Amino acid sequence: MTGRTYEQSKPLMTPAQTAALDAQRSRAKLGHNLRRGGTYALAIILAIWILLPIWLITTMAFSTPTDVRAFPKHFFPIPFSTQTLDFFLNTQGILNSTLNSLVVALLALVISTALAIPAGYAIARYLFPGRDAIRLGILSVRAFPIVVLAVPLAVVFIRLGMFDKVHSLAMMHAALTLPTTILVVASVFTSVPREFEEAAQIFGCTRMQAFWRVVLPLAVPGIAAAAILTFVLSWNEVFAAILLTITNRTLPAQILYTLDKSGDPFKFAGGFFMLVPSLIFIFFIRRYLFNMWGQITK
Amino acid sequence: MAEIVIENAVKRFGKFVAIDDVSLTIHDQEFVVLLGPSGCGKTTLLRAVAGLGMVDSGRVLIGGKDVTYLPPKERQISMVFQNYAIFPHMTVFDNIAFGLKMRKLPKETIRERVEHAAKLLHIETMLERFPGAMSGGQRQRVAVARAIAYDAKVLLMDEPLSNLDALLRLEMRAELKALLARLGATTVYVTHDQIEALSMGDRIAVMRNGKILQVDSPTRVYDLPANQFVGSFIGNPPMNFLRGQVRREDGAVKVKIGTLLIAPPEEMRAALDSYEGRHVYIGIRAENMETLDRPADDTLPVKVEVVEPLGSQNLLTTYVEDNMIKISTHPDFPAEVGGQVWLRFPISKIRWIDPETGEAITPDMETILA
Repeated sequence: MTGRTYEQSKPLMTPAQTAALDAQRSRAKLGHNLRRGGTYALAIILAIWILLPIWLITTMAFSTPTDVRAFPKHFFPIPFSTQTLDFFLNTQGILNSTLNSLVVALLALVISTALAIPAGYAIARYLFPGRDAIRLGILSVRAFPIVVLAVPLAVVFIRLGMFDKVHSLAMMHAALTLPTTILVVASVFTSVPREFEEAAQIFGCTRMQAFWRVVLPLAVPGIAAAAILTFVLSWNEVFAAILLTITNRTLPAQILYTLDKSGDPFKFAGGFFMLVPSLIFIFFIRRYLFNMWGQITK
Repeated sequence: MAEIVIENAVKRFGKFVAIDDVSLTIHDQEFVVLLGPSGCGKTTLLRAVAGLGMVDSGRVLIGGKDVTYLPPKERQISMVFQNYAIFPHMTVFDNIAFGLKMRKLPKETIRERVEHAAKLLHIETMLERFPGAMSGGQRQRVAVARAIAYDAKVLLMDEPLSNLDALLRLEMRAELKALLARLGATTVYVTHDQIEALSMGDRIAVMRNGKILQVDSPTRVYDLPANQFVGSFIGNPPMNFLRGQVRREDGAVKVKIGTLLIAPPEEMRAALDSYEGRHVYIGIRAENMETLDRPADDTLPVKVEVVEPLGSQNLLTTYVEDNMIKISTHPDFPAEVGGQVWLRFPISKIRWIDPETGEAITPDMETILA
């Protein structure tokens, strides 16, 4: 019996070897723990880096104007007060520009999504001549800094009589976000297996019906995430907003415009006001963002 | 009536010819299996019938109607996909009802048909579930139920069992066969699994490199392969091929394998005559050779190299000249590695193959009829 021989041979390791192996093992464990600790430390530092300013702005926005001007700042908003926010909201032009911002962001969202769905679907499903060139072309829009485009854009907008209009700014924002939206939507469509569409066609759908009944419902979460991304980008965008509007300012443009002429309470309240919508939206879309990056959350 | 006729179908993907001038007629209510190794064009052919990939030239007719360039919905077909393609955002009920709703049937009829199909596949308790909460086998059942409920005259199946584990596949195979026999739909079934093909089909179309090599009943495909490829692709173990020399002895055509002289059957003599002085392959199945443990007339002695007990049979491996051959024997047959056994080749079980073309040598029809 050949299988027996190793049992009769000497013990596998001497005590010294065992000790060496144990040491090696504990070193590996230590290394593992250190790496893990390092990851957590980095995550905590990053979180503080982002959360601290948000916390500061929020605290200040809910303190009395006197406390806002005081130094050192409080860590908690005591005494709690909405005076600062009231003052900000009642400032001339703020409500109006908030409304403008909302309209611009929603319009940008609609335009961008309406264009991104067919474009993304085409990139995901069809092999047409120049497909890769178009994909690259879409991205290259992002390669032009808006500063370079600014003056020609303003000139064209004035010539076309679109200058200082809410809808023209919305178009600009849609153009800025389209590259990202198209690529996100295309990847969402790619992740819907072609067989679903084919099955729908077998069971009585035209291509269009198959898209509406099967592909779109499956892609909606991803499309919604892309749409919300457009909304947040438009809500925060300030350069094009300043450049293309004068009387119909959006909120960030209005705040930026009045910033150097106003006191700390106004700045903090404005900052807080800008912050809230983005936070709310990110809260809603984080599931899809995580999905996009491969983490599955229940 | 739903006869499927494929005429001279050609389909290319760039330079690659996926279907190379294929013609095939599938009779009404017949169950035809398209069998072949991956890349042989069997799925492409099925998709051409389904309307999911139109042919470049040729025609496809279903029930006498030319559907070559019609979209799937106008072909009155139904299909089961390899990875099921069950819609994840719909309940099982809505999945099965999908095609019926597209046809705008009355609600009551839809409910009846869905419940009937679900019952046939034993998933009637799962109608409110979503596919995400089901196992692979259950999803498979939903896919079949959806195809059945649609009640089309033609049912297409693209490797429906290939994603199931072995045991489940075995179970589903028998169940599906019984179910499809009851339905009486014209069925085209694609698979690369020869056992599936042999066990389920009325006829099997064996494909390779975009061509159909043979269309025949399972027994004929197994016993009388049209060529060497079909013989070695179908059957486990594959058909044995031995080199034999054709010569004339005492005025009659004989084929010599090793030390053994075989007299071919009468109807083959004329055909084999033209091979005189050359070689032919003698194709014979592992279970069709007679194995003896002592010398006898008309036998060939061979040395046993490997003995594989498989329970119901013992599989022996030996060599005749350079050709490895596998012999199936009764488990009680006394064979030992290194020992000798004697083989007899029943001439009625031999398939004669042209070694250059690989095609079976066809018997002389006039002799058969005479």
